[in-house]
Amino acid sequence: MTTMAWISVALLLLIACLLARPTGHYIAHAFSNERTGLDRWFGPLENLIYRLCGIRQENQSWKQYAMSVVLSNTLMILIVYTIFRIQGMLPLNPSGVASMEPSLAFNTAISFMTNTNLQHYSGETGLSYLSQMIGIVFMMFVAPASLLSVAIAFIRGLAGKPLGNFFVDLVRGITRILLPIAFVAALVFVALGVPQTLEPTAVVKTVEGATQEIARGPVGSFLAIKELGNNGGGFFGVNSAHPFENPGAISNMLQMLLMLLLPTSLPFTYGIMVGNKKQGRVLFVSMAMMFLLFLGISIASEQAGNPALHALGVNQMQGSMEGKEVRFGLAQSAMYSVVTTASETGAVNNMHDTLTPLGGLITIANMMLNTVFGGVGAGFLNVLMYAMIAVFLSGLMVGRTPEFLGKKIEGREMKLIAVTMLIHPFLILIPTAIALFTNADTISNAGFHGLTQVMYEYTSSAANNGSGFEGLGDATSFWNLTTGIVMYLGRFCSVITMLAVAGSLAAKKPVPETSGTFRTDNALFAGVFLVAVLIVGALTFFPALVLGPIAEQLTLLS
Amino acid sequence: MSTNKRAWNRAVVNQALKEAVIKLNPKTMIQNPIMFVVEVGFLVTLFLVFMPTAFGNTVSFGFNIAVALILLFTLLFANFAEALAEGRGKAQADSLKKTKQEITANRLVGLDVVKVPSTDLRKGDIVVVSQGEMIPGDGEVIKGLASVDESAITGESAPVLKEAGGDFSSVTGGTRVISDQIEVRITSDPGESFLDRMISLVEGAKRQKTPNEIALNTVLVSLTLIFLVVVVTLPFFADYLNIQLEVPVLIALLVCLIPTTIGGLLSAIGIAGMDRVTQFNVLAMSGKAVEASGDINTIILDKTGTITYGNRMASDFIAVGTHTSQEVGYWAALSSVQDDTPEGRSVLELMKKLNYSYEPAVIRDGTFMEFKAETRMSGVDLQDGRKIRKGAVDAVKQWVLSQGGEIPANLDPNSDAIASAGGTPLAVAVDHTIYGLIYLKDTVKPGMRERFDQMRKMGIKTIMCTGDNPLTAATIAKEAGVDDFIAESKPEDKIAVIRREQAEGKLVAMTGDGTNDAPALAQADVGIAMNSGTIAAKEAANMIDLDSDPSKIIEVVSIGKQLLMTRGALTTFSIANDIAKYFAIIPAMFMLAIPELEALNIMKLHSPMSAILSALIFNAVIIPILIPLAMKGVAYKPMSSSQLLRRNLLVYGLGGIIVPFAGIKLIDLFVQFWA
Repeated sequence: MTTMAWISVALLLLIACLLARPTGHYIAHAFSNERTGLDRWFGPLENLIYRLCGIRQENQSWKQYAMSVVLSNTLMILIVYTIFRIQGMLPLNPSGVASMEPSLAFNTAISFMTNTNLQHYSGETGLSYLSQMIGIVFMMFVAPASLLSVAIAFIRGLAGKPLGNFFVDLVRGITRILLPIAFVAALVFVALGVPQTLEPTAVVKTVEGATQEIARGPVGSFLAIKELGNNGGGFFGVNSAHPFENPGAISNMLQMLLMLLLPTSLPFTYGIMVGNKKQGRVLFVSMAMMFLLFLGISIASEQAGNPALHALGVNQMQGSMEGKEVRFGLAQSAMYSVVTTASETGAVNNMHDTLTPLGGLITIANMMLNTVFGGVGAGFLNVLMYAMIAVFLSGLMVGRTPEFLGKKIEGREMKLIAVTMLIHPFLILIPTAIALFTNADTISNAGFHGLTQVMYEYTSSAANNGSGFEGLGDATSFWNLTTGIVMYLGRFCSVITMLAVAGSLAAKKPVPETSGTFRTDNALFAGVFLVAVLIVGALTFFPALVLGPIAEQLTLLS
Repeated sequence: MSTNKRAWNRAVVNQALKEAVIKLNPKTMIQNPIMFVVEVGFLVTLFLVFMPTAFGNTVSFGFNIAVALILLFTLLFANFAEALAEGRGKAQADSLKKTKQEITANRLVGLDVVKVPSTDLRKGDIVVVSQGEMIPGDGEVIKGLASVDESAITGESAPVLKEAGGDFSSVTGGTRVISDQIEVRITSDPGESFLDRMISLVEGAKRQKTPNEIALNTVLVSLTLIFLVVVVTLPFFADYLNIQLEVPVLIALLVCLIPTTIGGLLSAIGIAGMDRVTQFNVLAMSGKAVEASGDINTIILDKTGTITYGNRMASDFIAVGTHTSQEVGYWAALSSVQDDTPEGRSVLELMKKLNYSYEPAVIRDGTFMEFKAETRMSGVDLQDGRKIRKGAVDAVKQWVLSQGGEIPANLDPNSDAIASAGGTPLAVAVDHTIYGLIYLKDTVKPGMRERFDQMRKMGIKTIMCTGDNPLTAATIAKEAGVDDFIAESKPEDKIAVIRREQAEGKLVAMTGDGTNDAPALAQADVGIAMNSGTIAAKEAANMIDLDSDPSKIIEVVSIGKQLLMTRGALTTFSIANDIAKYFAIIPAMFMLAIPELEALNIMKLHSPMSAILSALIFNAVIIPILIPLAMKGVAYKPMSSSQLLRRNLLVYGLGGIIVPFAGIKLIDLFVQFWA
């Protein structure tokens, strides 16, 4: 790898780190229950929305909060499903896109509402502008704001405060965080050459005299929220590998920064909201260490190239460039893959299917753990779940009923956490086994790689990532329905269980800290947390990974 | 009870071996979901031994038998651990039951004594117990005074004095009166006596899972479910790659992955933890109380008797009038040579310390006068007629005045000064001359300071309660090293302090014996009543210390912590073990179909079959190897939580990763000759 490539990687990490803390502080401020200066700016608009929607700014119980999240999100799925089904008859359809078939509409509506953006349709030809804007872009704001709200509510519970009101949080998440940042980012993308238009697909004559259709549309605004909200769904089928969706190195870097912005800043928000900034810093550093480890392995593996091609006499000095855009190069492609899976965004600027097996393993591992930052809100909830498991085991080892932020973690919390722990492995392993057994003919590769393709699809769905390993004939109703169900359960099961944990913790009397208390804001805890995540994750998925990428890599090497 | 401290005696082990087999009953096993999974695995492999091709398998008959046998032993080992832990309690209960034989009681009806069997006694009945007789039931002494041998319950052979009224009036059924005669009002109905409760406690008959045990169990069940899904989905993955997986191999993988080590030892750890408290001569009314004691933030201790000896140690001689302190010491020592009370002994010790001399020969053939409540003095009448006295200041003053002596002017100021500093003054006089005062000081028991330092390290705050004035209390508090004190405290102050601490979210422990301690004992999260104390106190407490040693509360806290730590350590060990087991079994499962996976066989195990059997054998034998640890608990030394965690992570976490690699490799070296 060239020095320039290394510098670009280091620079990006540095900027991401520098942005995380102030953004985290801003988010804490934005969701503060006390009156802040921000009320002056956003208050009038927000009050108007509250009045229009009949939102009363009252605290909700955990049950009310959870019900509000699940029911409102499900209702939106139904509305958007309906729009997709009849988009052919609706206005704003200059390119004459037909209505969607039921299973695809089911999958797509859930996909965008769960922040997954698994696209079994091709963006530029499958959706009308109305569907893109009302259905997709609308959900791209609401989905991340929903789980951001849940994470904030959870943190409030940990801090012993009332959980807040979901609808108020949702509105604030959009007005104070997503909209302003996305607006600025969209302008920058347009300046970098990304199209922003409502004109229909351009039809041009090429130099050779053939006719070519060039898809275009409101890409800039779409792109900004796609990355910022960890949505990841491409305006174009090939996502950010398309020159209109990612014109060059600068836009590529900006996209990665946007993907990382909210997930990396939430630990700092958490630190402020629980009144101990060190708590947040410890989690940030732990996650950053996993991220760096995975990034290192990924770049090293891609750089090492493909030994099979090397044996055929193909020069692998540039590393494995198969499936990567030359304009981004190896480092920026490998890094994009790690960032998009770590942040559960799912945008791609290279084909994950052609990553080296080890590089592919890293992308799956990111989604299996779902704690290397993770998607907006959802990832951080998962992180806190693992933190509580780590606290539970360490608490036992120091001979005390485990406490987290002064709250005793007892039978009820552990029951809920034990259930939450089950969801992810179940949603990945069981559907993968079913698909391999019943739908082997829709998998384009036999052997280890085919197995990885299927596992990737469900891992991506369960973790609400949405990137695809591709190569699957996944536009059938089997894939549409199963991934749709996995996405829905992967999103909302843990919302309910974790909010229940928050409700239960909020009601507890805090235990004062003594020297006998196990501290969760030091390096030792960071270590325990990392080991808990890696060991539980590794133990759960090791056999499956052995039969997929590990066997593939070992076979390639020998 | 303490006669039964040998846990590993043959009878208990034999009984446990029998129980281990009986516990294989699936109805019992289902109580422990983790081991139940192992049992199902065992039954399936057993079925395969007889029907080898039922699932289209091709593994050898020998392999099936080997897996079935190892699984059977895994189950037996786990059952044995539990039975062994239970057995210790049962043995104790048996010896207690012997105490609980039929006793004939002398029931008082009006003025007549009627002989009735003790089982006919009801609450409120009054019985007469004379020298040599057993007390027929729990009760309160309402008349008389007697020394009672309570060794059947406490194991302590020295008899204790019981008398009507006051804090030493409660007697326990099954103990023996060895002098005098008392009248006892029975306070419990048959089947509810202290002895009955004690028997059911040590037997573990009413053992309920504690909150922490339930929480841990949920996590373990969750892990088991995850591994169940991992193993059940694996054949489908393999099938896509055209690899056939054998059922016994899958069962072996499942059993190795689920946390059988902790699952098999979990209930043994709980029972043994309770048992350790009992061995320590403390009766815990529930496992919950033992767990709670590990979480204690604040301990409230009475000063006198717990932290200090009380005002009984001579610390200075203060001369009055024209005398010198040497003279005071001289006479005080002579009066104390034959005095066996702590005060008397401490006077002689102080002489040694101050290097004062006296001539014991002076009192030869003298008459020693014991301390009596009426005189409130003790002393010696010498042969030459001189009389030496030491005792309460006003009593000595009276005595001197009655002989025509004079009271030195600085006697009263000096004795007042001692009293206001929290000490007790004793006057020393010979005939009509008062020489001076012995300053009896409250002395902190040796080793208390270190104990309180340990508590501080454990994050526990100590509060001393005393009736002394604030000045004295502060002095003692500083000397003993307690964190806080309450001076001039009344019983209701204790409740106030407990409530205040609890309002801050703290868990509070306290010891007490008097009836007026009962409300505070009930309010405290962990209340330890002294066995010598009143029935009210004992009923309000959730633990009873049979030795009546209030400072034991500190050890009880350690035992509570040790109980949780043992669970945590073995859970961590159990989960960490899985890494090595994966590296043994996964390559073995697929090596034939995917030869490249040999790279994962980092232990270089002999063959796929030997690798799987070795991992499975390791998984089984680690349970009996860890039984002693589960019973004794992991070593606990008071230190800060970070130090503790680092140490335990190193031993049980890192150890848990490394040990099985070595263990499986070692077992493989033997197994390879057969598989």
